[in-house]
Amino acid sequence: MAGIGGADTTQKKVGWGLLNAVVVAYALFPVLWILSLSLKSSKTLADGNLIPREISFENYSNIFATTEFIRALANSIGIAIIATVVAVVFGTMAAYAIARLDFPGKNLLVGVSLLIAMFPQVSLVSPLFEIERGLGIFDTWPGLILPYITFALPLAIYTLSAFFREIPWELEKAAKMDGATPGQAFRRVIAPLAAPGVFTTAILVFIFCWNDFLFAISLTSTEQSRTVPAALSFFTGSSQFEDPAGSISAAAVVITIPIILFVLFFQRRIVAGLTSGAVKG
Amino acid sequence: MAEIVLDKVTKRYPDGALAVQEVNLEIADGEFVILVGPSGCGKSTTLNMIAGLEDITEGELRIGGQRVNEKAPKDRDIAMVFQSYALYPHMTVKENMAFPLRLAKVDNATVEKKVADAAEILDLAQHLDRKPANLSGGQRQRVAMGRAIVRNPKAFLMDEPLSNLDAKLRVQMRTSVSRIQKQLGTTTVYVTHDQTEAMTLGDRVVVMRGGIVQQMGAPQFLYEHPANLFVAGFIGSPSMNFVPASLADNKLQSVLGEVTLTDRIRRLLEGADAPREVIVGIRPEHFEDASLVDATAKTDGGVFTSQVEVLESMGSDKFAHFLLSGEQATSADLADLAKDTGDDTSVGGISLVTRLSASSGAKEGEPSEIWFDADKVQLFDPSTGKNLTYTER
Repeated sequence: MAGIGGADTTQKKVGWGLLNAVVVAYALFPVLWILSLSLKSSKTLADGNLIPREISFENYSNIFATTEFIRALANSIGIAIIATVVAVVFGTMAAYAIARLDFPGKNLLVGVSLLIAMFPQVSLVSPLFEIERGLGIFDTWPGLILPYITFALPLAIYTLSAFFREIPWELEKAAKMDGATPGQAFRRVIAPLAAPGVFTTAILVFIFCWNDFLFAISLTSTEQSRTVPAALSFFTGSSQFEDPAGSISAAAVVITIPIILFVLFFQRRIVAGLTSGAVKG
Repeated sequence: MAEIVLDKVTKRYPDGALAVQEVNLEIADGEFVILVGPSGCGKSTTLNMIAGLEDITEGELRIGGQRVNEKAPKDRDIAMVFQSYALYPHMTVKENMAFPLRLAKVDNATVEKKVADAAEILDLAQHLDRKPANLSGGQRQRVAMGRAIVRNPKAFLMDEPLSNLDAKLRVQMRTSVSRIQKQLGTTTVYVTHDQTEAMTLGDRVVVMRGGIVQQMGAPQFLYEHPANLFVAGFIGSPSMNFVPASLADNKLQSVLGEVTLTDRIRRLLEGADAPREVIVGIRPEHFEDASLVDATAKTDGGVFTSQVEVLESMGSDKFAHFLLSGEQATSADLADLAKDTGDDTSVGGISLVTRLSASSGAKEGEPSEIWFDADKVQLFDPSTGKNLTYTER
């Protein structure tokens, strides 16, 4: 932006700032609404005010008072973390092979994984339901982890192979010449450089697993393995006549917190341009 | 430190392409050998085979008398400097240089000392804590050198280490590469496509083309006694002039006029089974402004008159360019050279570069009488490219 006249720059800044503000407001308004709903008491729930007349934590204490939500939260966290770890570990290995090696069937593998990623999930729900019932993993953690990995792995392979491709191969050759075994070269040179890619992928996969509703609602039947998105739909009010919107919005706010923490925690690791300076650019 | 012997080393890719064909090369301990040639000539493949980064299809590679064909790069104890430097971006300069030592499990005190020593030699002492991203091209190049020299390997392999630097820095670094190699006395194999680097750096130069070694020898020897048209055209800047000519009755007939062959050349040709039609090669410095040559020399050499197309005064001498009418010399060797330089323009005649004394009165756009030394001409067979006047002395 250097070398442009001062007035012009200010004008541009204001313009961009305004545009950004509009986009952010548009994206965050529903979140704000949910937050507002969750802080209202059951009496004022439907009053249509964005700012609650009185702040009440009633909804939050309600959802944590039952085991239903706590159990669902534990399921969500456990299932999402296990699926993420498995998908990222295998995805890293597969992506490294795809980026570096020339093996027969490589294009087929990439094609198939792309196919899986694009396959409409809803058409798999009934067969998966039948299969899982047959295998006896219906309504268990593995019953959700497996399909999550199936769909997360192509995503992981895709994102990671793009990252691996950006790491100059000469670095690996240099490490070999410096006396490293292939394992050492991977651990001490390639892995640190691929870290941003691994974390990015981990975030994407985690969010995918965390947000999934379709599999969670179809492949579970009890609290034993129901994740939060599915559990939310089973929320009822304290009585039959009470609107559960307050509890649902409180739960919705609570489940965004781990995502925010997850992103904040890994964000510092995602430093763009980490490989700059390796080879002449 | 060790000698490196390549014994009929061949590289054939799975698709059948032959990258390197039966290269025989004995590199003595402490010698500085340059592999030079146009891109795709197999020089880098040869270097990678010595490094162990590529498998050897046939033949044997010995380092220090030991067969190493099957050894992994890390067990060969050789260091390599890459064209792209290949510095580890997540490590500081110090960590980069210490990396080979850390892998070798050298104790901390020794690592510190060796890195400090290398940094001293390479003038990197004040940059040790910086990351490669914050270094200039020349500094990165020096770090790459430093990483190679810290562990006193048996040999250095360098793959066009200077080609990413700008022209001025390249000349500077050329000198320091040469100095460091002399200082350490480590056997070095250096790959380049730049004939100037090849001429100035090496004890010995190996010219390659299409995976085959064309000629090897001291730079000066290659310059004076090229084995074929390819070497003749590749070594030297500006390059040798090639003019088609015909031989008859010990006389050489060409657009440069008719000259009688000198006794020396006649003797060389006797054993060479020379065809009638040849290509004559003359280096730019073997021309001179005819008015500056004394009478006896003038009658012994060839003289022609032509209009000076372009005159470049370098201060110490003048380069006069001529465009003579006639057919350009054609040969597979020359076609390869032209392809390498990307020079596929047809000038519609024979272009000639001559180096004249600074005192020459030649002027651009005016005809000038030019003399050349008939004893310094080299004659080549157009079909095989072979130098008919080649001699070991």
